[in-house]
Amino acid sequence: MLTKRIIPCLDIKNGRTVKGVNFLDLRYAGDPVELAQFYAENSADELVFLDISATEEKRKTLADLVLRVAEKVNIPFTVGGGISSVEDVDVLLQFGADKVSINSSAVKRPELINELSAKFGSQCVVVAIDAKQVDGEWKVHLVGGKVATDLNLFDWAKEVEKRGAGEILFTSMNNDGTKNGFANEALAKLSTDLNIPIIASGGAGTMQHFADTFKEGKADAALAASVFHFKEIAIPELKEFLNEKEILVRR
Amino acid sequence: MKIVIINYGAGNIQSIKFAIQRLGFEAKLSDNAEEIQQADKVIFPGVGEASSAMKKLKATGLDQLIPQLTQPVLGICLGMQLMCKHSEEGDTKGLGVFDVEVKRFSNQVKVPQIGWNQISNLQTELFQGIKEQEFMYLVHSFYAEKCEEMIAETIYDVAYASALKKNNFFGVQFHPEKSSQAGEKVLENFLKLEIRNTKYEIRNTKYEIRNTK
Repeated sequence: MLTKRIIPCLDIKNGRTVKGVNFLDLRYAGDPVELAQFYAENSADELVFLDISATEEKRKTLADLVLRVAEKVNIPFTVGGGISSVEDVDVLLQFGADKVSINSSAVKRPELINELSAKFGSQCVVVAIDAKQVDGEWKVHLVGGKVATDLNLFDWAKEVEKRGAGEILFTSMNNDGTKNGFANEALAKLSTDLNIPIIASGGAGTMQHFADTFKEGKADAALAASVFHFKEIAIPELKEFLNEKEILVRR
Repeated sequence: MKIVIINYGAGNIQSIKFAIQRLGFEAKLSDNAEEIQQADKVIFPGVGEASSAMKKLKATGLDQLIPQLTQPVLGICLGMQLMCKHSEEGDTKGLGVFDVEVKRFSNQVKVPQIGWNQISNLQTELFQGIKEQEFMYLVHSFYAEKCEEMIAETIYDVAYASALKKNNFFGVQFHPEKSSQAGEKVLENFLKLEIRNTKYEIRNTKYEIRNTK
């Protein structure tokens, strides 16, 4: 049977991982490739690299990183952060990325989703959606949640699927950073409304939170950063835990 | 050993090249008929849509060349599907190496299937040392039906063939290059095939299918 996926997310700035201090283990501090290898050897199912740098050389640095990761890492990985054109994606996929994640650029120009899925196939197009619940309604936000839009989360998610996205990476801004668990109600609605896989993001604090998001949130995969990087949760142990809860994971 | 990855502008070729490199071999990308024919081992990759991929093959005559190859050939993902008789995707006539129909998953399940699923009923040397119910990484919306040529089975929506074999032709629906150590083992097994089976033997004898269960 298809298993639920556990995905560590690595924030990248100028080709290096962000949060160097106390970061997993000093020997992994800074080098995304070494950290990625560590996770690949320790039961991670996939990896996401999110480039948050804002330099002019960003494109080249990210492409270089993709090539180095593809050379060493034997599990699938997604890259995201500032990707806005078919040309950007072409380079990243040619260099060995399995999927790309687009966010603000898809909101600004939704046709980009159609263009990417037509050219490269839906399977490599992940649309990331950051949303915040304001007065009971889930509104899509941009720029890491800083800028509000008028888009309703569920309407936008349906449009994204229709335009050819292969997966949705949903981050709840209400939950992100709280370590109080994922936004399972919204996740379950997304998972029921849509027929493409949903990746849960934002709020992971305990192993139980992962079990909850797979069961109550009906998520297909769960993404987290700090709980893994700061060794609060080790993925092999998390998988043992999920297995005991009768959630099928790769072990 | 000369390993050629057929390059026809479809798919994540770099990852396969790197996976082979991690196993200590070098692979060359090529769309040249002579070079492909002379290789000890041929990998036929593919990601994307079936009918447009088949058009690319036809444009270069590779659709004629591939079914005539005599050395071990491994089709991966869409590569495997294109080696089948016909695909529902874009109503595409395949290369016909495998006598099987490729169908779309129903909407009872999420499509595409993305992630790690299990392979079972493993047969042939390709799965030497791979345990039953091993996990492999799959990304696909279409599947090959169960058939005589099936050498591995996976369940998603239905039970389907996640690997096929006929004579010197192998096909895997999963991505060995992305399936951690288990996937690399499958690739390594494939690379080893020709060491134990010379081209001549593969061409002329149907070597025994051994069940590794």
